[in-house]
Parts: sequence; C-alpha cells; structure tokens
Amino acid sequence: MAEEDPHQPPRGDAGDAAPGEAKPAVPKPPPKPAAPPKPKGPQKEPWSDALVEAVRKTFPDEVPGAYTFLGQRNLVVRKERVAEILKFLRQNPVEPFDFLSDVTATHWPKEEEFELVYVLFSFRTHGRVVVKTRIREWEPIDSATAVWPGANWLEREIYDMFGVRFEGHPNLKRILLPEDWVGFPLRKDYDMRLQDVEWVRKHLGIDSGQKFYVGKARHDDGDQG
Amino acid sequence: MTETRGKSFDMSTDEQTLFDANEVTVSMGPQHPSTHGVLQVRLKLDGEKVMDAECVIGYLHRGVEKLGENQTYGQFVPTLDRMDYIAAVSNCLGYCEAIEKMLEVEAPPRAQYVRVILTELNRISSHLLWLGTHALDIGAMTVFLYCFREREEILKIFENYCGARLTTHVFRIGGLQYELYDGFEDEVRAFVKGFPEKVDEYETLLTENRIWLGRTRDVGVLNKQDAIDMGVTGPCLRASGVEWDIRKSNPYAAYAEFDFDVPTGEHGDTYDRYLVRIEEMRQSNRIVSQAVEKIPGGPIRAKVGKIIKPPVGDVYHSIEAPKGELGYYVVSDGSTQPYRVRVRPPSYVNLQALRQMVIGHMVADVVAVIGTLDIVLGEIDR
Amino acid sequence: MDFLIDYILIPMVKIGVVFGVISLVVAYLTLLERKVIAFIQVRLGPMRVGPHGLLQPIADGLKLMLKEDIVPAGADRLIFTMAPIMTLIPAFIVFAVIPFGPDFELFGRQVGFFITDLNIGVLYVLAISSIGILGVILGGWASNSKYPLLGALRSAAQMVSYEVALGFSIIGVLLLAGTLSLVEIVEAQRDAGVWYVFLQPVGFVLFFICGVAETNRAPFDLPEAESELVAGFHTEYSGFRFSLFFLAEYASMIVISSMAVTLFWGGWLRPFPGIGALGFLDYIPPFVWFALKVLVFLYLYLWFRASWPRYRYDQLMSLGWRILMPIAIANVIVTAALALALRR
Repeated sequence: MAEEDPHQPPRGDAGDAAPGEAKPAVPKPPPKPAAPPKPKGPQKEPWSDALVEAVRKTFPDEVPGAYTFLGQRNLVVRKERVAEILKFLRQNPVEPFDFLSDVTATHWPKEEEFELVYVLFSFRTHGRVVVKTRIREWEPIDSATAVWPGANWLEREIYDMFGVRFEGHPNLKRILLPEDWVGFPLRKDYDMRLQDVEWVRKHLGIDSGQKFYVGKARHDDGDQG
Repeated sequence: MTETRGKSFDMSTDEQTLFDANEVTVSMGPQHPSTHGVLQVRLKLDGEKVMDAECVIGYLHRGVEKLGENQTYGQFVPTLDRMDYIAAVSNCLGYCEAIEKMLEVEAPPRAQYVRVILTELNRISSHLLWLGTHALDIGAMTVFLYCFREREEILKIFENYCGARLTTHVFRIGGLQYELYDGFEDEVRAFVKGFPEKVDEYETLLTENRIWLGRTRDVGVLNKQDAIDMGVTGPCLRASGVEWDIRKSNPYAAYAEFDFDVPTGEHGDTYDRYLVRIEEMRQSNRIVSQAVEKIPGGPIRAKVGKIIKPPVGDVYHSIEAPKGELGYYVVSDGSTQPYRVRVRPPSYVNLQALRQMVIGHMVADVVAVIGTLDIVLGEIDR
Repeated sequence: MDFLIDYILIPMVKIGVVFGVISLVVAYLTLLERKVIAFIQVRLGPMRVGPHGLLQPIADGLKLMLKEDIVPAGADRLIFTMAPIMTLIPAFIVFAVIPFGPDFELFGRQVGFFITDLNIGVLYVLAISSIGILGVILGGWASNSKYPLLGALRSAAQMVSYEVALGFSIIGVLLLAGTLSLVEIVEAQRDAGVWYVFLQPVGFVLFFICGVAETNRAPFDLPEAESELVAGFHTEYSGFRFSLFFLAEYASMIVISSMAVTLFWGGWLRPFPGIGALGFLDYIPPFVWFALKVLVFLYLYLWFRASWPRYRYDQLMSLGWRILMPIAIANVIVTAALALALRR
C-alpha cells in the first residue's frame, strides 16, 4: 500500500474540474474482499539506498520522505535546515551532487503552502535528485546562495513571482518585473489578466482598464514587493 | 541613459575605488546594437575599466509560465517557441519529451531520428547566428553575412518541412505531426556535405587572426569552479573545462546511437568558447550526416490520444539546447492543463556569470563577453 | 600677360580640375566601398538607384543635404559648424602638391601635372593633415555632450600617435631621394629606375598601417564603431554637417593612398621604369598609372574593413607606440647606415 504522503495533494482523478474545486460526489463501490487492484498510472516507489541513509543519518528528523517517481529520485525535507542539507548533498562522499540545475516553486493555495524544488545533478554518476520542501506562504526560508552562488537569480525569480523571502540572500529584489510592481504573478490567486494598474498609470501614462490586484496576501507586512 | 525604473538601485562593489569621484555609471541598453536583445547592463566605470556590472532584465517578460497554466499541454507547445526564438526546435523537443515522460510513452524510432536531425540542424543554425553576431560586435562584419548564408539553407529545410522558419512548432507530444517531405534527405545530405568547408572558411577568417586573438584571449575568463558554482551550462561550461553534455550523460531521443565528440576547452576565456562552439558545429554536422543515412520507417507519432491528461505528479526533464541545459519542470494535477510549468532557461543562469567575467576589463570587452555568453532575451525573460 | 597666364589662369584651371575630379572620386568612393564590401560578403550592394546603383552617391548627397538641421542645445553654434569644414578642407588641399603625371606641353608652354611644386611638399602634407585632427577635437567639444567629447579625444589621441610613426616611416624615402618635394621624389624614382617600395619595404608597410590608423578606418575604427557606447565625435552630427565629416574621411583615405603611391610606388611612373624592354607599357598615359595605383590602395582599405575585426583602444595605442614606433626608428637608422655605406 503506497504511503499517504502528507506533503502531496490527495491523489485522485481530477477529471475536468479546475484544481482546487470540489469534485462531484460519487457513490463508493462496495469494498472488495481481495487485494485492491493496482491503481492506474505511474506510482511513487519508495527509495532507499546508501545516499538516503547517509542523509537520514546526518539529519535524523529532517527527511520525512524519499521516493522515486517516473525514474526520478525525490527527497522530501523539512525547511528548517534545508541549506545544510543541500550543502551535505553537494559534498557527501556517497554521491556528490555538485551542480544545481534549478530552484523553483509551486503554489498550493489549499494548504497555503509553497513547495520549493531544488534540482541537483551529480557529475560523477550523472544522476539527478530533486529535493523538495514546503513552507507556509508567509514563512521565509534559508537561501541556497551560500552553497551555490548560482542560486542567486533563481531565488530572486521565485521571490519576484511568488513572494517567497530568502534569508541570507545577497540581493533579494525583483528581477523580471519592475521593482515597484505590486503582486506576485505566479500565485494561483493572481488571475491571468491582472495587472498592476497603478504602476502602468504612473510609469507609462496609460489607463489600461485591466483588472487589478485586490487585497493583500497574508504575508504582506505593509511593504509591497 | 534615463531612469525609467521606480526605485534607484544600490550597486555595492566588492572593490572600493580610490577616488569615487572618477566613477561613472553608464547604462548600456536596453536599446543597444550589441546587447542581443533588450538587456540593460549598468556599468560602473573608472575611466575605461569596469568596476561593477549589474544586469537588468525583464524587458521581454511575457509570462510564459503563467500562460502554461492556462493552456492545455498541446496548446502550450507553440508558446514555447517564442522563448528561445533562435533555437525554437530545442524548446519544443524538451517539453514534448517531458510530457512524454509523464505519459510514459515513447516516440517511435522514426520520429526520434527526425527529431535528432532537426534538433542538430537547429543547433548549427543557432551557433551560426551566434558566430555572426559575435564577430560583428567585435568588428568582423563579413563573417556575419557568411553565417547567414548557411543559416538560410537550414531555414529553407525547416520551411519545407513545417512551414515556418523561426518559430517552428515542429514536434508534437508523442512524435511528429508531419511526415517527411520528398527530398528532405537529399536536401539535408547536400547541406551536410558542403558545411564543413564553410566552417573552415569562418575559421580562416577568425581563428588565427591576431586581432581576433587579441580581442578574445583572456577576456571574460570563467574558471572551472566558478562555472560550476554559478550553474553555467552548455558551451560556456565546457569551455571552462567541465566535460558535461546531456546528450552523452543522459541521452535522449536517439542520441545514444550516434557517434560524436564533446569539445572541451581549457582556459574558459572567450577564445575557448569560440573554439568549442565551432567544433560543436562540426560535431552536429557529423550527427546529422549519420542520422540522415538511416532514418527508420514506421509511424511518426505514438498513440497519445486527443486529450492529454498526464497522471498526477511532477517531472523534471532537461535537454542540451544550443545555449546550455534547458530544463522543464512540469507539475500535473491530472487535468488537461499543467498545474505548473517551469522552464529552466540556460541563458538566464549563464547571464549571472556576466558580472564576474567583466569586472576588471575594459568597456569594449563587455560587448565581447555578452556576445560570448550567447544569450537570448526571449529565454531569459520568458 | 605671361604672369597672368602662368600664375593665375593656369593654376585656377588646375585647381578646378583637381577639385572636381577629387570630389567625384570621393563621392564614388562611397559607392565603391559599399559595392566592394557587398561583393566580399556575397551580396550585391546598392542596385536600385541608377543602373547597378551608380547614382547612389547623388541620392545620398541629396538626402543628407535636405535633412533637418539639428544643433544640440547648448552647443557652440559657430564651432559646431566649423568643425566638419576644418576636417574637410585640409583633406582636399593636400592635393595641391601631389604630382599626377610628368610635365607636358600646352600651347607651347611647359605645364607641370601638379598644382604647385612646393620644395617642402612632404612637410606641407604632414602639417596640413595635423590641422584635420583639430577639426575632430572641435567637433567633439562643440557637441556639448560628455561622450562625443571623450570619443573625440580618443580619436585625436589615436591620430596623433600614428602620425608620429607615419612621419618616421617617410624619412627613409627622404634619405633616398634627398628632397622634400613630391615632384622630385617621383623623378628620383624614375632616375633610380626602381620604385622606392623595393628599397624601403618596411617603410611602406609602416606607412600604410599608420595611414589606415590615421584615417580612423578598420581595423582601427573603435572610436567610431557602432558597437561602442557612443559613435565617437560625430554622434551629434546629422545632415549636411555629417556628410562633410563623412566625405572628409574618404578624402583622407584618398590622400593617404596618393601619398603612398607617390612616395613608394613611383607616382605616375610605369612599372619597372628602368627596363627598356617594357617600353610598350608607355602607351598607357602616366596619370592612368597613377589612378590605377591609387585604386589598388583604396581597394586595400576596403578589403581591410570587410575582413578584419577591430582593435580595442588600448591594444591600438600599444601597437602604435610600442611596436610601430621602434620599427620606424630602426628603419631610419638602417636606411641611413646603408645609404652612407653604399654611397661611399
């Protein structure tokens, strides 16, 4: 029986419903006496090998999950010591992941969480591992720039698009959007057609008539952007 | 040189200049003949030496990742062409392979071979454009015209195949849309046969030219450890001494069946990056010449169904685009539209290294370094 | 009456002819450049205006003359207008001393194929070229803008540096000919029976390189390159004033080419003037030989521009002072020593 990973959204056939909407109720089938049929589609296989053991040994309570999905190894960690875990992954003797390919985030509005994803690559074994961690929307997280200076712009973009604050980042300000833009576009509550109408009016002198961002996210402490 | 952004910026430099009054802040761009797109580089100059450089990007931000969440998987593919518009085929390939990975289907062999051929032709055309514009910035204007002459041949092949020259939308999830046209193999063969001489022509004009050497040797040096730390990929990383090519390390789309070398440099300067890319053009030519001889028959598209609904979960898939590692991180919630599409643009991460490559050099070298990084603003800003 | 004819009428006719011809050549040099560079780059160049683009210079000239007259705010209007004139005029008046052919008979008079035979011709040419540099500096200064001024100073510094080496490279020729007059230098080559380029190859190469740098042409054109931060001293110029700067650059190209031909390549002499067996070459008039040789050098200018990347400014200055100057001085010393030794 695959473990119900508390960090993943409930698995199920979302069908045509948009994410987050309630699914129509279906009558439950009577429980089968034999073992339940294998669910369709790829599954998360649990993953444990020397690397996972090394990580779990060094960080006893920080690694709640390790699984492979579609051939990709995933490591779920807690956010408290994520920078140290990344550093350990970079330097560990079992399989050193010397290269940071990407840092990105996904917004799960139902749980009010961001899931941060670090994709690492090892030159020695040509293997990849994806390190995932979750933070509440208003929580900051340690920056990975101490481990890889190249995470600088990648984290700036996450800040720009989602509003995640990285502690220890040398230059955390917006990168793709103008510096005085209000709103974090890749959040799920930022509609496709939203625009910072004030910014447009002030800098471009246009009254575009677009919808504008209403309300503040929970983590806004008064300073926008 | 006017400030149109809101707040003033604070550029902290690592080196303090002795007489601060001599420092001049000059903004190169966003409209500038040599910044290869709308890139703004704010330079702090002490006379002619660069003390600090800050890149301001986002002038071409179109919200591609947000668009991805609102289009179906199939609808999103043409949008991706507009990212790295010079090498649109690679964008397509990466995304289609990522979705195929999620759907657990594999494109049939015929599609894979044609994918390799078109992707490698695309790599050649991207490198040709890079060489032309880089040489033009440094002053050798003739190389630009010669490169475009060859590029024209490749674009004709693309136009004959899928109707578009630049934003090609050439692959579909599961394989190809169009069968090969009559004469495809002949045209590709003709191109492949004549191309190595043309590369020799470019090399004659540039490689041993002492002016070229003077402008590119020891300019914009990026050593190995810095390159790995900064996340630089592609020819820039290989020129710094790291032999990593995703086509060899994690092969995809029939690359495992071809014989080719991965050129690596030593010093990590502009000259090495130039040599690496020239050699890559030759190697791509080699791959295409092998592939075009043995395109297998068979179907061109796997059975994927009209509506694409990958299972719940996420996948990261990356390919070796001409500029570097192009990665796609796709999160699916089981519906017809992706929950999150993240594009890892190679030029974005490579451009981070500009600052350390340019500090201490002269202003004229900034142009050379921007050229050698081979950036495309469409990809950086998305 | 003789005085009137010899000293007023004939020189005025000569000036008119030379000025007219050189203006035409300068105008069509712009077209030649575009055509030659286009052909090197596998394309055709101007083709629309007139057959094969032959009327293009006229179209360009008309366009530039009819453009709006823009003077930057705060610019010194008088100097702003004078600066391009100060670069153009010196380039033209250098032609006063260049011999285009041997003396000829005209209505019973001996008429020299030059406007005037100054006995300090070489010195005159060098001095007048230096005045052109002043025009560049004034152009940058009068624009009332930081970056044209800096560009102008860089251009001027480059031109001055290379002018020193240019002067040194000529000294070898002067030692061989024993005179500063350009007419007599050509005659000295005729009497020696050999063009001076065969006696002074190093001097010629130096002269031409310095000449290319002197005129701010590729590969030494960084101060006015497009991929630089600014377009150099002529950033703020447009319309007719820009066309004057533009023409001045091409005129100085022709000046350097003419000087190279006169000093090193025998002026109007035919190839191998000493060998009688090639006397059939005399059927070609001498000024045609002169024109052909000048065209070869102009083609070299265009060829350099199409083929090579450009030097960075510090590399350019380092080349001028640290490499070309010592070679030029060494050339002088070796030539002097050899001349002394062989004359004994």
